[in-house]
Amino acid sequence: MKFAVKKALSSSGARVGVLEVGICPAPIETPALLLATRKGLPHFISPDLLPSLPSPDSNLLQVSPMHFLEGLSTTTISKLGGLHQMLGLQQHGIAAVPRDSIQCLPESKAATKLGASFETPCGRLLIKPKDYVEMISCMKPNIWASLADEVPAWVSEKRNKTSVDRTLRWLDDCISLYPEAGSIFGAIVGGTNLEERKRCAEEVAKRNVSGYWIGGFGLGEGIDERPALLRAVMDILPDEKPRLTCGLGLPEEILQGIAAGIDLFDSTYIYSLTVGGFALTFSLDNSGEQHSLQSDQIGSDLTKINLRATAYRKDMSPILENCTCYTCKNHTKAYINHLLNVHEMLAQTLLEIHNTHHFLRFFHVIRTAIQDGSFEEFRQAFLESRREHFKGEAIST
Amino acid sequence: MALHFEILGRFNRARAAQLTLPHFVCQTPLFMPVGTQGTIKGLTNNELERIGCQIILGNTYHLALRPTSELLEEAGGLHNFMNWPRAMLTDSGGFQMVSLLHLADITEEGVTFQSPVDGKPMLLTPEESIQIQNRIGADIIMALDDVVRTTITGPRIEEAMYRTLRWIDRCIAAHKRPHDQNLFGIVQGGLDPELRDICVKGLVERNLPGYAIGGLAGGEDKDSFWRVVAQCTAALPEDKPRYVMGVGYPLDIVVCSALGADMYDCVYPTRTARFGTALVPEGVLKLKHRAMAEDTRPIDPTCPCMVCKNYTRAYIHCLVTKDAMGSQLLSYHNLYYMMRLSRNLHSSIVEGRFPEFVCDFLRTMFPKGDVPEWVCNAMEVAGIDISSCCAPFPPCQENDSSNELERFDKVKIEI
Repeated sequence: MKFAVKKALSSSGARVGVLEVGICPAPIETPALLLATRKGLPHFISPDLLPSLPSPDSNLLQVSPMHFLEGLSTTTISKLGGLHQMLGLQQHGIAAVPRDSIQCLPESKAATKLGASFETPCGRLLIKPKDYVEMISCMKPNIWASLADEVPAWVSEKRNKTSVDRTLRWLDDCISLYPEAGSIFGAIVGGTNLEERKRCAEEVAKRNVSGYWIGGFGLGEGIDERPALLRAVMDILPDEKPRLTCGLGLPEEILQGIAAGIDLFDSTYIYSLTVGGFALTFSLDNSGEQHSLQSDQIGSDLTKINLRATAYRKDMSPILENCTCYTCKNHTKAYINHLLNVHEMLAQTLLEIHNTHHFLRFFHVIRTAIQDGSFEEFRQAFLESRREHFKGEAIST
Repeated sequence: MALHFEILGRFNRARAAQLTLPHFVCQTPLFMPVGTQGTIKGLTNNELERIGCQIILGNTYHLALRPTSELLEEAGGLHNFMNWPRAMLTDSGGFQMVSLLHLADITEEGVTFQSPVDGKPMLLTPEESIQIQNRIGADIIMALDDVVRTTITGPRIEEAMYRTLRWIDRCIAAHKRPHDQNLFGIVQGGLDPELRDICVKGLVERNLPGYAIGGLAGGEDKDSFWRVVAQCTAALPEDKPRYVMGVGYPLDIVVCSALGADMYDCVYPTRTARFGTALVPEGVLKLKHRAMAEDTRPIDPTCPCMVCKNYTRAYIHCLVTKDAMGSQLLSYHNLYYMMRLSRNLHSSIVEGRFPEFVCDFLRTMFPKGDVPEWVCNAMEVAGIDISSCCAPFPPCQENDSSNELERFDKVKIEI
C-alpha cells in the first residue's frame, strides 16, 4: 500500500491524497468511500455488476473478518489463497475492520483484558488478538485495523481509560504476531475524553504502522462533540499516513470527518437507505447548494426519495435524470416501486447500485472542491442549504 | 399469427427450431425462467441476457394484482415496464388461482375466487384473462383452461377437457391483438389417452399459433407423464411450437425434447437456488451440506458461468440461506445451467449428434447405469439407443419383456 497527500488545505484539515493498493487498476483518490460488504461481497450488488460503478472509486471494500466465522474456517480461506481469490475480486482493495456497524457491533460490556467482544449473527464472540491475527493472516487483506476495545460515549472515565490501555496493548500484540506488518492501521480510541484521545494518538503514532484507524465514533457521542475530538487526534498524527474511520456515515458526518483530515470512510448509510427503500437524490452541484431542480420530489426531503410512496406508482422516469448508474439508465421509479411492493430482491439490488453510485459521486465532488480550494465554502453551502429545507418544512407544517 | 417457426434440424421426433417472435428470435428447445412478478428473483436484465435467456414468463394472476394490468398498459406493456428487450410469455392466471386459492371455484363462466387483497368475490373469465394478457403485451399468451391435477380421477377430468375446448373459443373471440400476440391453446385431459386425443383434435381445428401440453408436472408418476407428452407431441402439428408447461427437471426436459417438445418453464431452478441447491450435470449439489464448507472446487468445473469461474463451493456454502447474495449467485448459476442445456439440445440436434448428447447426459447423471425405467421406455419410443448408458442388468431390462409389451398394447393410440 502506498499513500501520498497531494493537496492539503491550510484553512482546514481537508486533504486530497492518492492511495495505491494491491493490484487495483488505477490509484484511488482520497477522501474515498469503502463499500460495505457482507462476507466480502456487497449486500445486494452481485459481483458482475460491480464494474458498472465508477472505477477506481468503487474498488475499495471494507470486510469484517467476523462475518466468516459463520460457516467458513480460516484454514479453508487460507487454502483458497485469501480474500481476493475467494471473492474473485483480485483487483479490489480490501480493508479488514472488525466492526461493520450493521451486524458486527462492539459490545464493550463483554470485553475483557484478553479480547474485544462483538455481537455477531453467530452470537456474542470474544476475539483475542491471537485469533484476530490468525484470521488476518489467512485472509490477506490489503489493509487491516488492529483490534480495538471500542466503548460507547456514556461509559465511566475508568472504563474509557481501560479501553485505551487495552487497545494499545492489542496493537502491540498485533504488530508482534504479524511481523510482515502488511498494512496495519493502528486503532485509536478514547471515547469522548480529549485527554484519552490524545494519549492514545500519541502512543499509536510511536508505533510502526502504515496508517490509522480512528474508532469509537458513532457510539453515542454528539455530532457536535466530534470536531474537537477529531482535531485533537489529527493534530498529533503525522500527515503523511492515511486515516480511516468508522461510524461516520451521513453526508454531514463525512464532511465533518474530511474537514478534520480523515481520508477513508466506511459507511452504513447506503445499506440503511437501501433496505428502507430510499434512493439518494441530493444535489451534486459543485457549489454544495442543495436547492434541487426537482421540485416534484414527493415524500422527499431533497436528500432522498422513498420509493415505497404510492406517488411513484406511475412515475416512468428514472430516480435521477442525469444519473449514469445502471439503475437510472435502465429502470424507472414505477418499476422499483412495484418491486418494493411485491417484496422482490431486485429492488434492493437496484437501489444499492444507485445509492452507491450517488454517494461515490458525492466523494468525487468533494475531492474537486478540495482541489479547487473551495472545500469550506462547499461544506457550508451544503450544510446550510440542507438545514434550510428542514426549517422551511417545519414552518409550513 | 405473430410468430414464425422454422425447423432447422431433427432426430426422429426431436427437433431444433428457430422461433421468431415479435420481440426476439429464439432457438428451441428452450427453457423459460419464471419471472412471476415482473422480475426473475434477484437477477438484473443484463445478467439474464448474458446468461442467454430468450423468453421469460410473467404470471398474469400476480401481475393483475400488482401493479395491475391497467398500469402495465399505461406503461406500454410489461416489456416497457421491466425494460426487458427479449421475448415474454404470460400464463392465463388460471393455474395460480386454482393452486393458490383454496376457495377458488370453477364454473362454466370462469374461475370464481376471493380476492386476496380485500376478500371481495371475483371472477376470472376467459375473456377477462385474455384482456389482461392483451394489456400486459407478452409475445405469447395462454388460453384460460380448466386445469385439473393429474392425481384426480373421475368425471371431473372429462368435464375439464370439454370446458377447455369451449373456453378456447371464448379466448379466441376476446383476443384483440392476434397480430402481435400469439394465443396458445392448452391440451388437457388428465392421464386419459382418449380425452387427450379429443382435446388435441379440438385445439388443432382452431389453427392456433402454438400448443401447450398442460395438466402435467403436478405429482403424477413419471411413467404416465412421458406417455401423455409422447401422445400429444405425436398428434400436434409438426410446424408449430409445443410447450410442456411446468417442466422442469433437466432430465424431464431432455426426455420431452427427445419426444418432440420445444418449450418449457418451471420455477424449479430459481426456487431450488434459494434453498441452497445447485444444478450440476450429475444431478444436484446441496450447498447447505456441512461437507461443502471445506470443498474448494467450483460448483461445476465444466460450467463457464461467472459463479463457477470465480467462486468455490465453500464460499457459496457460507452464503446460502443466510445472505441474499447466496440466492443471487446460485440463481445465476442454475439459470445458466438451464440455458446451457437448452443451447446444447438445440445445437446437438442441428449438428446431428443428438443421441450422443443424450447418452452423455444420462451417463453423467447415472454413472452406475441406473437409468430410470421410465426414461428407458421414453427413449425407446423416441428412437434413441441408450443401451450404452445402462448397466448390464439395468432395471429397464430386468422386467419381464412380455409385461412391457402388454403395457404398450393397453395404450392403443399412436405414440
